[in-house]
Parts: sequence; structure tokens; C-alpha cells
Amino acid sequence: MAIRSFLLFLLCFYSSLSPVLSLYEDQVGLMDWHQQYIGKVKQAVFSTQKTGRRRVIVSTEENVIASLDLRHGEIFWRHLFGSNDAIDGIDIGLGKYVITLSSGGSILRSWNLPDGQMVWESFLQGPKHSKSFLLVPTNMKIEKDNAIVVFSNGGLHAVSCIDGEVLWKKDFEAESFEVQKVINPPGSDLIYVVGFAASSQFEMYQINARNGELLKHESATFSSGFLREVSLVSSDTIVALDSTGSILLTISFQNGEISFQQTPISNLYEEFSGPAVIIPSSVPGIFAIKTNAVTIFIRVIGEGKLEVVEKTNHEIAVSDALPISEGQQAFALIQNAGSEIHLAVKLAHDWDTNLLKESIKMDQQRGLVHKVFINNYIRTDRSHGFRVLIVMEDHSLLLLQQGLIVWSREDGLASIIDVTTSELPLERDGVSVAKVEHSLFEWLKGHMLKLKGTLMLASPEDVAAIQSMRLKSSEKSKMTRDHNGFRKLLIVLTRARKLFALHTGDGRIVWSHLLRSLHKSEACLSPIGLNLYQWQVPHHHAMDENPSVLVISRCGPSSDAPGVLSFVDTYTGKELSSVSLSHDVAQVIPLPYTDSTEQRLHLLIDSDKHAHLYPKTSEALNIFKHEFSNIYWYSVEGHNGIIKGHVLKCKCTGDMAKDFCFDTRELWSVVFPSDSEKIIATVTRKLNEVVHTQAKVIADQDVMYKYISKNLLFVATVAPKGSGEVGSVTPEESWLAAYLIDTVTGRILHRVTHHGAQGPVHAVFSENWVVYHYFNLRAHRYEMSVIEIYDQSRADNKDVWKLVLGKHNLTSPISLFSRPEVITKSQSYFFTHSVKAIAVTSTAKGITSKQLLIGTIGDQVLALDKRFLDPRRSVNPTQAEKEEGMIPLTDSLPIIPQSYVTHALRVECLRGILTVPAKLESTTLVFAHGVDLFFTQLAPSRTYDSLTEDFNYALLLITIVALVAAIFVTWRLSERKELQDKWR
Amino acid sequence: MAAISRLFLLLLMSTAPLFSSGSRNGFTINGRVKIPQVGFGPKGFALPGRMSNVKVILNGGQNVTFVRPDGYFSFHNIPSGTHLIEVAAMGYFFSPVRVDFSARNPGKVQAALTENRRGLSELVLEPLREEHYYEVREPFSIMSLLKSPMGLMLGFMLVVAFFMPKLVESMDAEEMRRVQEEMRGQGVPSLSGMSPGGARN
Repeated sequence: MAIRSFLLFLLCFYSSLSPVLSLYEDQVGLMDWHQQYIGKVKQAVFSTQKTGRRRVIVSTEENVIASLDLRHGEIFWRHLFGSNDAIDGIDIGLGKYVITLSSGGSILRSWNLPDGQMVWESFLQGPKHSKSFLLVPTNMKIEKDNAIVVFSNGGLHAVSCIDGEVLWKKDFEAESFEVQKVINPPGSDLIYVVGFAASSQFEMYQINARNGELLKHESATFSSGFLREVSLVSSDTIVALDSTGSILLTISFQNGEISFQQTPISNLYEEFSGPAVIIPSSVPGIFAIKTNAVTIFIRVIGEGKLEVVEKTNHEIAVSDALPISEGQQAFALIQNAGSEIHLAVKLAHDWDTNLLKESIKMDQQRGLVHKVFINNYIRTDRSHGFRVLIVMEDHSLLLLQQGLIVWSREDGLASIIDVTTSELPLERDGVSVAKVEHSLFEWLKGHMLKLKGTLMLASPEDVAAIQSMRLKSSEKSKMTRDHNGFRKLLIVLTRARKLFALHTGDGRIVWSHLLRSLHKSEACLSPIGLNLYQWQVPHHHAMDENPSVLVISRCGPSSDAPGVLSFVDTYTGKELSSVSLSHDVAQVIPLPYTDSTEQRLHLLIDSDKHAHLYPKTSEALNIFKHEFSNIYWYSVEGHNGIIKGHVLKCKCTGDMAKDFCFDTRELWSVVFPSDSEKIIATVTRKLNEVVHTQAKVIADQDVMYKYISKNLLFVATVAPKGSGEVGSVTPEESWLAAYLIDTVTGRILHRVTHHGAQGPVHAVFSENWVVYHYFNLRAHRYEMSVIEIYDQSRADNKDVWKLVLGKHNLTSPISLFSRPEVITKSQSYFFTHSVKAIAVTSTAKGITSKQLLIGTIGDQVLALDKRFLDPRRSVNPTQAEKEEGMIPLTDSLPIIPQSYVTHALRVECLRGILTVPAKLESTTLVFAHGVDLFFTQLAPSRTYDSLTEDFNYALLLITIVALVAAIFVTWRLSERKELQDKWR
Repeated sequence: MAAISRLFLLLLMSTAPLFSSGSRNGFTINGRVKIPQVGFGPKGFALPGRMSNVKVILNGGQNVTFVRPDGYFSFHNIPSGTHLIEVAAMGYFFSPVRVDFSARNPGKVQAALTENRRGLSELVLEPLREEHYYEVREPFSIMSLLKSPMGLMLGFMLVVAFFMPKLVESMDAEEMRRVQEEMRGQGVPSLSGMSPGGARN
């Protein structure tokens, strides 16, 4: 009976399985979290509406335009422009439209302020590329229409604010004219366009704003030339520097007459040496120059006379001027001083009095203030209050008001460069009894509520309680390691060179650290973060050590700039140490060896092909010497189409001779003909991937052996003509070749050509298969192909007797030097969408079946079972194949909406997908990042090894109780019956 | 030239959403995204401002544009050749559209949905189907509870406890005795033998 009921149990359990992985709407937020960001703010405009919610419109370096709540910093709406559609300017027109100028001044769009709906779009053409300016005058009317003035592509345009129609246009055909400012003095109908022509000519155009008529054109020559940056100090005066950067020029163009005033900087500031630069600002009467580390504020007192008002050694940031009342303009000035920032709001014409002076304690991890935007409000006593929005070095955005940080946004997380994971600390023993009792009571209560929910007895309040209880389960956000390995830290490196640790449970920031070693210094001028590696992952021994990560960065944009290594503790976020390298870093190879403290050995290859070993300890050197001849690596030179294999030779010779430096030798090279093939993608297997079994049992009890080698490289090349955008070539002149190359011997194991195909290619390599996505020009659809590679040399191990008698070659060592007998199988399918990233799920032991995670053009992540990309699929599978679970062949891959792992959310500007195995075999953790972040847990074959979150324990308890009760009742009954029988 | 192209564009906007207007630097693609109005959806979960979340993407991200409230969109400065337009709108599945601009005879434009190869006479993009990202939870029923593993166990037990004795009773006494003797002979413990009360007897 027991067996029978168990079978029944199993049967009904399996019958409840549905083929697709999916989510109920009330499960959103249980396992996943989603965070929205905007990136580093470039420009901010405050909405000055009297009614409605106060908001600020920002444009960012991630090409995002967003409307934020000024009270809490939440996003009302947001739009992400294309990658080549950078935003040049934003403003608010008529109090209800947001105007954006983008694509180098070519596209002007208007958005509805409350809901972010696009109202109109205009395309502005002009004779040439130029700087672009957006001006939204408050009261300029052309035929009852409010006009927007745009200077872009060498032409001045007046555009209607209502429908985006171009009202008039004036081209500036002069070849060398470089516009510097476009000025519309308040209350006038004139527009001044000023700039430089050739190297030493100043040009001024006066234009009638009503019809675009050129009223006046003046030019003047200044013999020693100009630096290109200018500062506007009043509506008819600008300040510029001469080409040596040592003489200030005050250029006035009042009434169309140009006049120069020269003032050597050394007259104003005695210690002046070296060239100065103007800090661009537009505060009337005041401008700032910077020389060496000193910032000097200079006031213009009529007739081009200059006067120094303040000198400071601190890093400063100045806002634009804000008109607060008739004829008065205020601006904000922020000075960074150690752990504090000093905020001062001053009137433009009165430097010495401060409207506001505050010191605010600032988190050191935010770095310096980069930008300031000021806004005012009227207090109840009718005086002016000010709030300022500041952008910090780590790209975060903060609102300051009354000396406090009202809200802050960690927008550095919008530009993630690299991600890795780290374990959390182990749980400490000793939990109090009271806590257990409390939690037991809570647990029971929770499950009673859940039961009520299942039985549809719950009131609306109960339903709300259930939902909040599920979301706020304290279990998932604990700061300790869990049994299933769901709780981890995501260590994230952002473009602002800041490290964040995010908790996988709820996505909160555990710690953040701005890399000190990368701070701008004399030695390292513009450091760039490059990569993250797991440096120390303590497990067996050295348990009391904290894990740490290695951050590799570079001093400057060029690839031969020297590198910097930083080691960061992942529990505390403290920087343990940092090393400035004498060599550059072209390639980093984490070796599969660790020393006694579980520090992983890393080999850094520089551009001179020297290999450097880290950590620099004698122990590491001993381990390394042992494995010296077993280390092979490859390098890809994309520009000239060569893939090379390398091996270590000997210790460095010459003046570089050090213990930890090694010379290398080129072992092989594969040269692709540059006139017909161009490398566009290379992919290898993940280093830490686990494969459960080499054998694959197929339908008719046959076995195939997967060719599993960590040294396989997938290379995709296209015809040089076809490396452009989709549709730029005809199918006849474009092809795509896919290679599988062994990186130890350089042997090409497989090559296939797709005629009429084109990039971009996105590929993923796992176990013995590679899946790649490309464009088919003939069908004009995207295609995905799969290549599986099998080992033939082991294929004859099918005879059971051979296995029993030990006459098999399964235990013989695999050497890459013997020529491998491999066969490949491949198949192609259509896929509807463009793809931004592809990843594959990975689990702890590699038993669970795999799913592909495809980041589509709509910024969603689609989970697609690997079974759909099985090269053995056929149109009419045999009965045996059907039993194996083979899906009949279709020409395109299915897109099932329920299998989007991001469900109804978008990961805007998706850039990467990371999968990490949990300890539980069925589950994998998925982190997708772009401008937004998304994290979830996936079980590609369902959670066969654990109960799901919504398993009803109360129902189980009730069943058990009912069973026990029934046992006693039936026992009583049978006893009574037996008694009656005996009386009979 | 610019004025002419503007006029051209306006003309197109006012009539039907056609494809292109030639200009000095390239073509302009004009089109329209049409999403069925609220009420057609099964649950009516559509939001009023959803047109604002529709993106139109050219050639896998080369250009991205947005739609006006009436669904019109345009791409400017597009070279001749073959292009692919994709629409990203949450909750709807759009087929990518292939658009061909002939370089030899300007003004000749063709468009076709790539999913089903249907040609388009004008560039009006409509979703092929709605996408529902969530499973619909079955309403509670007593049957689903009975079908659950626990329900089945309970049911099976009840059957054994109440109907088996009935079956046994319906057998005739002679046969019953024979079966009981057989069982005793085999030493199979009965329910009463297993329970503590049975041992006491």
C-alpha cells in the first residue's frame, strides 16, 4: 500500500508539472529585484510650476532623460536614447514641455512634462557639424507661437514650441567659423551668435529673432589667437584667454561694436605661472579661471576692468545663475574640503555677502563634487530658500536643502563595467531561545494566513499581510551564508571606479568603496577601472580569512598605460593594499592554482609579451614553477586578424630581470586572410563551469561522448564589407565563418561558413556546444546556430563486455597533442529579435539541464531551453526520440511570453547577464545589468530538490493530523467491531 | 531642398503613413505604430500612457526613436539599402519589418513583415499578438485541493478505512474464514495486530 500510494503521489506530482517555467503575478518580488537608475547627470532643469508635484528634469551621460520627484528622488518617467543619440541640451518650454536636443544637434524632441509622452520630433539639417546650443527664451513670440532657438550643424533655427515646425533658418556657411555662444539678451528681439574664425578672428552676428534676418556682422582680429573656451559675463561681454593661456581678454560687443581689453593674469595674481583655463560658467559679472591647483574668481567691474575676489586651493563647483527677483541673480558655489563640503549661495553682483552658507558632512566614498544645480523656493515668511542638486565623483545624485541631504541616488550603478560574486560570512552559533519561540509563533501565524489564502477565506487585509510578509521575509536578506547558497554578495565595479557590494536577497548596497589608489594623482592622471577577479576565496583551510577581490585598472585611456592592482576585502569593503605596476596589463590569466591562504595565482601579460606572476611570494613562485610547462594561453589581435598561442619560456632577461617576470614564446598562430575575413567575436567556456558527465545517452540506448575541453575557442569572422550595420551589404558579398580552435595546439577542429550572413555575432560556449546569433541577409531575419562537438575516439566504448573486462579507453589520459577524432553536429533556426547579450545557466554540479538566457533588443531576458537548440532535432522524431524529450524541428525558435525571466520589467540598456550557481543543484542565480539592474533565481528544470516558496506547510500539518485522527478513529471502530464479534 | 523635403514630409503626415522622402543626405522613414485600443484586451490592463513606452529600433540599435501620441514615428538620414525595423513595446509581440530602399530608382520602397513574410502597402505596424508575462492563477476549487498530493493521500486512506471493510463484509462467511486462515498462516499482520490495542487482545 505504501508503495502504491507513493506511486500515486509521484504520478500526480508529475502531472502537475507544466512544460514552461513561469511566474504568477503575485510572485513578483519574491525571488527577484529590479532597480532603476539613470547614470551621471549632465544637465538638470527644475520645473518651476506652481501647482502639481515638483520635479527636476535631468539628462545623463547614459543618454537618459528623466523626470525625478524633487521630494524623494524617485523616477516619474524616463527615456533612454540610442547609443549614438547623445543629449546635447535640455530645457522646459511653456512650462509643460521638456525640449531635448540630441544627436549632435540634429534631433529636437519635445516631451509632455507630466507623463513623458513624446509630443513632436524635428530633424534639423545644416551644412556642417558644429557645437550645438539650445535656447528656450521665455517670451519670444513669432506669430503667436513661442519659439525655441537652436544652433546646430552650422545653422541657426527657430522652431515652434507647439508643433516642432521650423519657423526660420539661417545658415552660417563660413568655413572656419566656430560658434562659442548664442545669446538672447532678456527682453530683446535680438540674437547674438559669437565665435571664432580661423585662429585669431572674433566674429559676431546680430540676428533678428523674429525672422532670422542678419542685422549686423562684425569681426575683429586679435593677433595672438584664442583658447577655445569662453565665459559669458553679461549679455554683451565675454571673457576668453589668449592662445598662451596667460592673458585674459574681455570682449565686449555692445551695439554691434567689438572692443578688446587685455589683462595679463600676472597683474591680478602675482604667483601666476603656467597656462590657465577658464571654468565655463554663466554667472553675470563673475568668472573663474584655474591655474595649477588654484582656482581664482574674478569680478568684472565695468569697462573691462578685472578684480580678483577670491582664491582657493579647494576643488570647486559653480552652478549657473538663477534669477530670484527683479535684477538679482543667485548662484551656488561648492568647495570640497576633506570630509565636508562648503556650500555658499551668493548674489551675482555682491560677492561678499552670502545668502546661505552651510557645511555638510559628506561620505568620503562619494569623492568630490563635480556639478551643482541650484533652485529656489519661497519660504512661508517670504524669504528665499535654496535647494541644490549635486553630482558627485562616484556619479551619485544628491539633493541638499537646509544643510541636510534630503535624498541621494546611487546612479553610479547605471554604468557597471564588471561583476563578480562573493560568499557571505558563516553564521555564528548561539541563538537566543526567546527569538526562536518568537519566530516559531510568527512562522505558524504566517502559515495559518497562507492557508487562509489558499482556502479563499482571507480578507483583503489578510491578503495584503500575506503579500508583504512574503516580500519582506527576513530570511533572504540576512547577512550570513545560507544552506542553499542563495544569499551572496554581488561585487560590482562601475565606470566611476567605485566598488559596490549588493546583497542578492534584496539588492541593497552592503558597502561601497571609491578606489583610493585610483584617485587622480601625479602618477596616475586619468585612471580607468578594467576588470574584477576573485583573488581569495577561502574555503577548505584559511577559513578565518576574509575573501577578497582583485581590481585591475589602468592609468589612462591608451592601452599601454601602466596598470594598478587593488585588493579589496569583500566583507568590509576595505582596500587591503594596492600596487602601482611598472608595466601595462594586456591580458589577465587567473591560474587554477591557489597558495596556502587560498590566494589565486594570476598571470598578467603585458604588451611586450612578458608574463608577470602575482602574488609575489616565494610560495606562489614554487607552485608556479611546478606547473611551468603546463601553462598555455592565447591572444587575439582583432585589428590584423591573428590569433596566437603562447607558452612560457624562461625568466626575464635584460634589465627587466626579476623573480616574478617571465619571457614567453609564440607557439602557434592562425592568420585569417584580411581581405576576406575579419574577427568579430571570440568566446570560450567559463573557467569555473562544471560538467557532470561526458557521456550523453541518446534514444536507441546509444552513447555519445561529449568533447569537453577547456581549451576550445569559438571564433566568428565576417567578410570585411559585412562588418557594418545590418543591411549595408548584399547577401552575395557577405559571409560568416565560425571556427572551433584548440588553444593549446592551434588546431582548427571545425569550420563552417554561412553564406549571406552578417554580424553582429553574439555567442555563448558551454560544455561541448556553442550557440551563436547572427543576421541572415537572404531571409532578412536573425538566426541562431548551434554546434555540438563529440569525441569519436571514445565512441566504440559501447560494448558492455569491454567495460566489464576493462578493455576500454575511458581512463586513458586525454592529451591535446594527439589528434582528436571529433565529429560535429550543427543546426540553425530563425530567431525573431535582435540580441544584446547571451548567457547560459550554470549550476553547482552541472546535472540540471541548461537554459539559454537571451537579452533581447526590448531589454528583456528570455529563457530558452537548450532542447530547442539540439542539432539532432528532426521534423518527424522517432518514438524513441520522442520519449527522450526531443522537440520536433521547427524553422524558428519559439518565444513564449511566460518564459521571460524579467517578466513585465525591462532592464534598460541591457549590457550583460551573469549566471552564478547556487549550492542547491536545481537553482542558478541570474544578474542582468545595464542602466537598470535585475536579479532573480532560476530553476531550469524546476526545483526538484527543494520545496518551493509557496509550499503549504499548514496543509501538510493538517493532513498529518487528519491521518493520525483517522487512524485512531478506525482503531476504535475496529476494536468495537471485534468486541461485538466476540459477543456474538 | 530642405523646404521641399519638409513639405513632402508634412504631406505624408497628413495623408497616409508612407515610407520615404528623399533628401540630400539620405531617406526619411515615416511610419506608424498602431496598438489596439483599450477594451480589446482581455483584462483591460492597458494603461492610458503606454504609447510613451514604445520604442522603434532600426537595424538592431543603430537608431532608436519614439512614437508620437498618435503612433507616428520617423527615422531621418537613412542611407539606401535594406533595413530592419523592430518595435519594443511591453505586452505586445511585434514582428520585425524589412524595409528596402532602392538606390537605383529612388522612391521605390518595399516593406514586409519578416515573421510571416506578409508585404505591407504602408508602414503601419501592428502587434501580431499580446504577450502575457504571468501565469493566470487558477481559482480555488475543492477539486484542486483533492488533487493535491495530500488530498489524494487522505482520499486513499478514507477509501481503505471505510470501503474495504464493506467489501470484506460483502464476501460470504465461508470464504472470509478461509482468507483469514490463509492470512494467519502467512503471518501477515493485520491492522489490529499492528496497533497497540490489537496486541492487548
